[in-house]
Amino acid sequence: MATTVSSSQTAVTTAPATVRRMRASVLLPILTIALIVACLFAAGIGQVPTSPGEVIGSILWQLGFDRLPTAFSLPADPQGYYTLWSVRFPRVLMAVLVGMALGCAGALMQGVFGNPLAEPGVIGVSSGAAVGAFTVIVFGISTLGNWTIAAAAFVGGLVTTLFVYALSRSRGRSEVVTLILTGIAVNALTGAVIGFFTFISDDSALRDIAFWNLGSLSGSSWATIWVVLPCLLVGLAVAMGSAGKLDLLALGETPARHLGVDVERLRIKLIVVVALLVASGVAFTGVIAFVGLVVPHLIRMIAGPGHRLLVPASAIGSALVLVLADLIARTIVPSQELPLGVLTALVGGPFFFYLLLRTRSRAGGWG
Amino acid sequence: MNLLGGLVHRPRQPAATNPGDILLTATDLVVELGGRRILDEVSLTVRAGEVIALVGPNGAGKSTLLGALAGDLVPGRGQVLLADRPIGGWTPVERAMRRAVLPQSVALSFPFTCAEVIAMGRTPWSGTSQTDQDEAVVRQAVTDCQVADFAGRAFNTLSGGERARVALAKTLAQQADLLLLDEPTAALDIRHQELVLRIAREQAAAGKGVVVVLHDLELAGAYAHRVAVLDRSRVVAEGPAAEVFTADLLSAVYQHEVEVFPHPRTGVPMVIPRRD
Repeated sequence: MATTVSSSQTAVTTAPATVRRMRASVLLPILTIALIVACLFAAGIGQVPTSPGEVIGSILWQLGFDRLPTAFSLPADPQGYYTLWSVRFPRVLMAVLVGMALGCAGALMQGVFGNPLAEPGVIGVSSGAAVGAFTVIVFGISTLGNWTIAAAAFVGGLVTTLFVYALSRSRGRSEVVTLILTGIAVNALTGAVIGFFTFISDDSALRDIAFWNLGSLSGSSWATIWVVLPCLLVGLAVAMGSAGKLDLLALGETPARHLGVDVERLRIKLIVVVALLVASGVAFTGVIAFVGLVVPHLIRMIAGPGHRLLVPASAIGSALVLVLADLIARTIVPSQELPLGVLTALVGGPFFFYLLLRTRSRAGGWG
Repeated sequence: MNLLGGLVHRPRQPAATNPGDILLTATDLVVELGGRRILDEVSLTVRAGEVIALVGPNGAGKSTLLGALAGDLVPGRGQVLLADRPIGGWTPVERAMRRAVLPQSVALSFPFTCAEVIAMGRTPWSGTSQTDQDEAVVRQAVTDCQVADFAGRAFNTLSGGERARVALAKTLAQQADLLLLDEPTAALDIRHQELVLRIAREQAAAGKGVVVVLHDLELAGAYAHRVAVLDRSRVVAEGPAAEVFTADLLSAVYQHEVEVFPHPRTGVPMVIPRRD
C-alpha cells in the first residue's frame, strides 16, 4: 500500500500537466512580444515604406523625445511621418483591438455555451450585430455620433446572443447540432434583413454594406479607436474576473452551482460582455469570421483549457492573427485591398471543417 | 457584521461541528413535476458523524430527494434547513462551503486534467484563509480515492469507474460538512465499491455527515449507520439496516420476493432475491 502511494504521488506531476504548465508560463510573454514585433513591421509596410526603426522613431518623436537614439530616426520619406500617424497606426491599432475583442468573445462564448464550436460568426451573433449597424447606416441615424453604430451593433448582437442561447440549450449544455442549426437559421434571417436593406438603400449606403459584409480595417481612424477601446477594456476586465468560474462551468450547470457559482448571473453577465465585445469588434470593421474560433482552439491545444490563461492568450493571439491577416490583405495584391473577412474565412472555414470532424469522432456522434 | 459588510459581502464560513450535531433537516418535502408527485411529505435529518443510505426501487424518488437536500430544486412544500438556515438563505458559495454533491455522472465540455478537476473542488474557499491548505487537501483526496496514477490525464479519456473516483476526489476536496453522493458505486467494480463506501465511513468518522444513494442493499447494510427506504415518493422505513431490512418490507417495496438473513460471520443483513 505504502509503495503504491509514494510511487503514484510522483505521477501527479508528470506530463501532460507539467508540459502544459511550462508552455503556459511562456505563452503570454511570447505572444505579447510577437504581437509588438508584428505591429512594428505591419506599420512600416505599405505604399510609403518605413523601417521598424523609423516606426519607433516616429512614436518616440510624438511622445516628445526631441533627441532620438541613433538606432531610431524619423522616416526618410517626407510623407512617412504623416502616413504613419494618420493611416497606419490607427489601422494596426484597430487590428489589435478588434482581434482582442473577437478572440476574447470567442473564448468566452465557448465557455458559456459549454461548446468548443461556439463562435460569434458561426452562430450568427456577428451578423446580428451587423443588422443593428446596417439599420443605423441605411436610415442615416446618428443621434449618438460616433457611438451610434457601435450602440446599434451592441443591441443587435445582444438580442441575437440571447436568442441563440435560449434556443440551443437543453439540460445545461448546448448541443453541437442544435447550436450550428440555430446559427444557420439566424444567419438566414439576418441575411434576409441585410438583403432587404441592400434593396432599399442608396449607393453610398450600399458601399458601406458591401464593405461591412466582407470585413475590412480600411475605415480605421483615431475617432473609431476611441469608441472601440473603452468597450474592449470593460469587456476584457469582466472576462478576466470571471475566468475562474468559467472553468467550473465546464463541469455542467448543476455541478458548477454545487461549487458555489451563481450560474444564472454569470451567464447573463458574460452574454452581455460577449455582445459588447462582438459589437465593438464589428461596429467599424464588419464581420471578420472565424478568428474567435481558431485562436482559442490553438491556445487550448498548446496550454490546456483553463480560462485564466485562455482568455488573455486568445485575446493577444487573435490580435496577432488579425494584424498579420490585415497586412496580407492590403499587400498581397499590389495597390488593391483584399477584404479581410474573405481572408480569415479562407483559413477559418477549413479549420472549422476539421473541428467538426474531430468533435464527431470524439463524441461518437453529433451530440 | 463589520463596516465593510455592506460593501463587500464576505461569505459566512461554517462553524465547527461536533459528532451528533444536526447538519441538515428536511421537513415534509413535497416535490411535484408535471403533475406527478415525486416526493410526498418526506422528512430526513442528517447528523455529523453518520452515513445515511437512501435505497429503494427505480423511480422511488431517491435522486429527487438528494437534489432537494442539495438545494438544486425548490420543493413545492416543506423546507430544508442547512446548518440551521433555510438552504435558499445561503449564497451559492456559502452553500458550497457546507455541502458537496457527487452527481451520478460527470462530463466535461473541455479537456481539463483530473488534477485540475479535483482542484476545482477548492473554489468555494478561494479568498479565505483555507486556501493555504488547497494543495494538501487535494493531495489527500487524490490519495484517498486512489486516482494518482491518472491525475495528469485528461478527464474525458478515463473509463467510467476512473471518472467516478476522480469526481469523488473533487467532492472530498470541497471539504463540506455534508456530503451528498448520488449512486457513487454504480460504475465501479467490487474493490472500488468497497473503497468508496469505506471513504464514506471515514468521512463520517472524521465528523462529516454523508447521504448516499445506493442500489446495492448489501453495501447499504454493511456501511450505512441508518438506511431510509423510499417507495413511491415516500420514506416507508428508516433506521439501522438490521432493523429496517426485513423480508416483508423489502419484498413489498421491490415487488419481488426477497430473503433476508444475517451474514454468518458479521451479522450484517444479506438481501437475496428469491430464486427457486
